[in-house]
Amino acid sequence: MRYEVRFSGFGGQGIILSAVILGRAAVMYDNKYAVQTQVYGPEARGGASMSQVIIDDEQILFPKVAMPGIFVIMSQEGFEKYGANAPKDAVMLVDSTLVHSRPACKYLEIPGTREAKQTLGKDIVANIVMLGALVASTHVVSEAALEKAILDSVPKGTETLNIKAMKLGIDLGKGSKQHEVT
Amino acid sequence: MTFDDWYRQDRLPHIFCAGCGNGTIINCTLAAVDQMGWKKDDTVFVSGIGCSSRAPGYIVTDSLHTTHGRAIAFATGVKMANPDLNVVVFTGDGDLAAIGGNHFIHACRRNIDLTVVCMNNQIYGMTGGQGSPTTPRGCFSTTTPTGCVEMPFDLCELAIAAGANYVSRWTSYHVKELEKAVKVGLETPGFSFIEALVQCPTAFGRRNKFRQVADHVEYLRAHSLLKAKRDRLIEAGEAVPDDMFVVGELARRKRPALGVKP
Amino acid sequence: MTRTEFWQGNTACAEGALAAGCNFFGGYPITPSTEVAELMAAKMPKKGGVFIQMEDEIASMASIIGAAWTGARSMTATSGPGFSLMMENIGYAVMTETPCVVVNVQRGGPSTGQPTMAAQGDMMQVRFGSQGDYAIIALCPASVQEMYELTAKAFNLADQYRVPVFLMADEIVGHMREKIIIPDSMAKTPRKALVKGTLPFKPDADLVPGFPQFGKGYGVHVTGLTHDERGYPCTTNPKLHEALVRRLVDKIESARHAIADFDIINPDARQVFIAYGAPVRTVQQVMHDRPDKNIGFLRLRTVWPFPEYALAEFKNAKCFLMPELNLGQMAREVERHVRVPVVNIQKLGGELHTPAELVAALEAHR
Repeated sequence: MRYEVRFSGFGGQGIILSAVILGRAAVMYDNKYAVQTQVYGPEARGGASMSQVIIDDEQILFPKVAMPGIFVIMSQEGFEKYGANAPKDAVMLVDSTLVHSRPACKYLEIPGTREAKQTLGKDIVANIVMLGALVASTHVVSEAALEKAILDSVPKGTETLNIKAMKLGIDLGKGSKQHEVT
Repeated sequence: MTFDDWYRQDRLPHIFCAGCGNGTIINCTLAAVDQMGWKKDDTVFVSGIGCSSRAPGYIVTDSLHTTHGRAIAFATGVKMANPDLNVVVFTGDGDLAAIGGNHFIHACRRNIDLTVVCMNNQIYGMTGGQGSPTTPRGCFSTTTPTGCVEMPFDLCELAIAAGANYVSRWTSYHVKELEKAVKVGLETPGFSFIEALVQCPTAFGRRNKFRQVADHVEYLRAHSLLKAKRDRLIEAGEAVPDDMFVVGELARRKRPALGVKP
Repeated sequence: MTRTEFWQGNTACAEGALAAGCNFFGGYPITPSTEVAELMAAKMPKKGGVFIQMEDEIASMASIIGAAWTGARSMTATSGPGFSLMMENIGYAVMTETPCVVVNVQRGGPSTGQPTMAAQGDMMQVRFGSQGDYAIIALCPASVQEMYELTAKAFNLADQYRVPVFLMADEIVGHMREKIIIPDSMAKTPRKALVKGTLPFKPDADLVPGFPQFGKGYGVHVTGLTHDERGYPCTTNPKLHEALVRRLVDKIESARHAIADFDIINPDARQVFIAYGAPVRTVQQVMHDRPDKNIGFLRLRTVWPFPEYALAEFKNAKCFLMPELNLGQMAREVERHVRVPVVNIQKLGGELHTPAELVAALEAHR
């Protein structure tokens, strides 16, 4: 089974890190193959950041994503640039705190940034909340693999916060109603 | 041993013109190296391109004759990769101050443990006498046929400003002083820069009223202003003659250095 | 015990170099190669090696040559305009037979071009970019795994042939992360030392002289000028110059079978892809999706010296199809070795050919 996942948001939200964590979870802990790529612009902060991950049981040959089946969109500009054209059969997780548009495909509204800020007191972990919701709703990697990959990737001293964020995201993902295409 | 023991006898005669000042500077440098008691096997001479840069080819040690202006960058690789080696760079005014200017100031900034001896003949000798960044205003060269209109670099001030630990200037007339200065440079951890003004009868002298080699050397002597004397003039509020250049030890300090033998 | 990692190509490059015993890195930051320098800065000192950030790429290249003469396994990494700046001292490394490794993570040019996008526009520059006639070795990785393995291999080739060896990567392979299996250890070819008493630039039967490392009592003079076997400048003797330059070229060209690294798939095919670097991945996808004995593939890891004899393996080839991220740089090299059409599938702009584009080319030239 081949999954193609696209993350987009603004620079500074940890969009690239989210993709790296997902790919790492697949390769290191689910014994799968993954390729992670990203769009590099000159901006280090702001702008629209985008990163993609392919996860496959077999070795990945062509490394680029043509049109992903799964989207995680965390900013309005990211939606407009990298989410608006999502195909009808795709599924999109939108951070409903920051994205006001909705796609023409199936989507889940995850208030990642609001929950990170209100429940955990740190909006910096919104991307991890979104990752938790992604895994709970799509099962692209196992929850155990995601947890390990998060622990590998986050700064020392923030492990507990990040695992809380992931679990919060998993709950949000499981509880969220999937909006069907109208 | 004397400086003579450091020459490759099988490479003589050398290519320098009769009356060239470079031989004096190389002799002084090798005499200082010899006094250091350095082993030939542990000593490396590096150079770029130009008359001065042919010097390493006449020395028995390992030596790297590199590309124009880049000697210090090559020497940085040698010294950083093996700090046990003693690394001396021979260069000239065109090599060091024009094409190699950036490498020079960054080596001073890093304060890497090299000794750089610059034979400043104020002209491009090997290519036949073009103006260099140290050609004095009004002097003639093939590329300044009506007299140089640009201001020259003061290489020592540049080295001091950029951070070198040891800086001195002498001329081909001041043999003993120069030898001593090179030795202090070799002894000083960090970047040592010794500028030696030299006569170049072929490319500079004959275009600038120094038909006789001795005339040019005498000019260098007569226009050298000892640093101590310059300082006294300044202290007394008297004018420093603007046709003279300062000679002597111009900087000696202990800034943190890079690549020093452990 | 091997181990698995999920690494970026540039990380794999730096790690491969360290595994190969690289102990000197001189570099200057430039996108998209910078991660190589950053990782070297972090890891090299812990391994007892030297990292130095030089003032520009000219100095970077100079520093690794200087380091190499003290016996170091030295490397630099660059991209785009930085590679252009290195050309002068690359020529010096060739002329002085200095073993060293240069990584070029290629980006869109000319000039500053597209700093964050992939290209293969430096394939001819790496071969001919410095002045004069010469030969070098260039390898092209198509995966993160190969970023690791070919970087390590580059050091062995550099030491064996005393020549700068180039890892001609591209932004796609340099920046993507994927699964990599790290081997236990890498085979290391020792640098052949000069036998004391032998002239320092007198070649052995393999046309490569022994290496007189600085600080070992050889008293060698190294110059970029045309030199005799003693290493002394000798610049006006036509025969000596010709013999030297021919040897520098011949030591690489005559070893091209030994240096070559390529795969041949479906040698009886009528249509044959040739690719190196990132476009290899698209060809592999097409071959996977359309299993067909009539579609062949010459997949190059060694690009220079060009293994032209591999082309003759495809006896039934009616055409060669070459996807490249340039306007046909290596296709021109192939054209001069074959009698059948060479279809250059050009791509500029920074993106990889899609499988559909290659399928369309197959259909159009069937």
